[in-house]
Amino acid sequence: MNKCLERVYNGLIKENPTFVLMLGMCPTLAVTTSAINGAGMGLTTTVVLIMSNMLISMLRKVIPDKVRMPAFIVVVASFVTIVELLLKAYIPALNDSLGIYIPLIVVNCIILGRAESYASKNPVLPSIFDGIGMGLGFTFGLTCIGAFRELLGAGTIFGINVAPGWYEPMGIFVLAPGAFFVLAMLTALQNKLKLKSATNVPEKSDIACGGNCASCTGSTCAENHAVLDERKKAEAIAAAQVKAAAAKKAAEAANTENK
Amino acid sequence: MGIKELLIVLISAALVNNVVLSQFLGLCPFLGVSKKTSTAAGMGGAVVFVITVASALTSLIYKFLEFLDITYMKTIVFIIVIAALVQFIEMFLKKYSPSLYSALGVYLPLITTNCAVLGVSITNVQKGNNFVTSVAYGFSTAVGFLIAIVIMAGVRERIEHNKITKSFQGSPITLITAGLMSIAFMGFAGLL
Repeated sequence: MNKCLERVYNGLIKENPTFVLMLGMCPTLAVTTSAINGAGMGLTTTVVLIMSNMLISMLRKVIPDKVRMPAFIVVVASFVTIVELLLKAYIPALNDSLGIYIPLIVVNCIILGRAESYASKNPVLPSIFDGIGMGLGFTFGLTCIGAFRELLGAGTIFGINVAPGWYEPMGIFVLAPGAFFVLAMLTALQNKLKLKSATNVPEKSDIACGGNCASCTGSTCAENHAVLDERKKAEAIAAAQVKAAAAKKAAEAANTENK
Repeated sequence: MGIKELLIVLISAALVNNVVLSQFLGLCPFLGVSKKTSTAAGMGGAVVFVITVASALTSLIYKFLEFLDITYMKTIVFIIVIAALVQFIEMFLKKYSPSLYSALGVYLPLITTNCAVLGVSITNVQKGNNFVTSVAYGFSTAVGFLIAIVIMAGVRERIEHNKITKSFQGSPITLITAGLMSIAFMGFAGLL
């Protein structure tokens, strides 16, 4: 049981998907116009995450290694369809406000990331708790950002007016640019306080992501190809030089022997 | 379907409702592959290619799903079709157009998980677009992505030479740039 609690703690605090891993940025920015939308999106993702982690963990010995990614995608897509139909039937208001972002849970990197890095290697029970922890961490992150944007942009939290009378709401924060600004402030704060996060790894190397594989969401590796190619070329040149020097030495040795 | 309606679809998808800056789709490559203008243009080109083909294909497949009366399967079918399509395009280019492959090849596998592709296909279905409108909408959305990522890369190349407060270096300044671009693109709302 200890291991299960550890997974929940890990997802909520230690590797919080929103604040530490910085995964799933598309829904994070898009649906956090209000706290209730953020919480709704977070809980929907949590349900999909728990179910897909459970099924993938059950099937981990059945799925061949080579086709694991397509298999994971089919599993996740099936659960997303189920959840979408359930939402349409029972909570149509939430379905309307989240709209296209519900089917897009399929391509949320948190879900495939957890399937690949945890559920496909671990037994069922810890995988379920990993899903619960990660999902609640995501929900917590989205609700916080949503509440903050709602407070600045409309002066309310969960639709309840909390701002004093003199406060003039800054409407831009519930519009698209506000999402970028809030996230920029959050990452700047993390940099300032030197909190552990995917965005403030010291960029010592030229590699675009700073060489931190935990933060890799995939697309940065396109940038790294150029850097790695240059390195490979330099290594090849160095190897050629070493080889040439060795050949020269051998030739000299042969010469002296001849003499 | 007149030329006028198509033009409105084009402008509204490329500029007014920009896929990255107002719909937040395809953010990962937008922030991840925008350090250099050349790589940004390569990624943008690959996205234009894939989204246009994918929106044509998914539009036809949705007709077939409607015929079979299993439209609720659309999410599963679309994601499989897109993943297969990207693989197929990669193999096709490798064999028949090595020059295009060397320009776009690195970016193609990354596009499968780009939410803009699936997003465009599902939006087409939700809006009930016909085949021509679907292709036009897909193409113009992707052009919007290309415009946004190239501008972003240009700005970031300039930013590299400026002095920025330490805590704002890296992703915070990139996000603020994106926010300012988003405000600028909101100005296009007056066009329609």
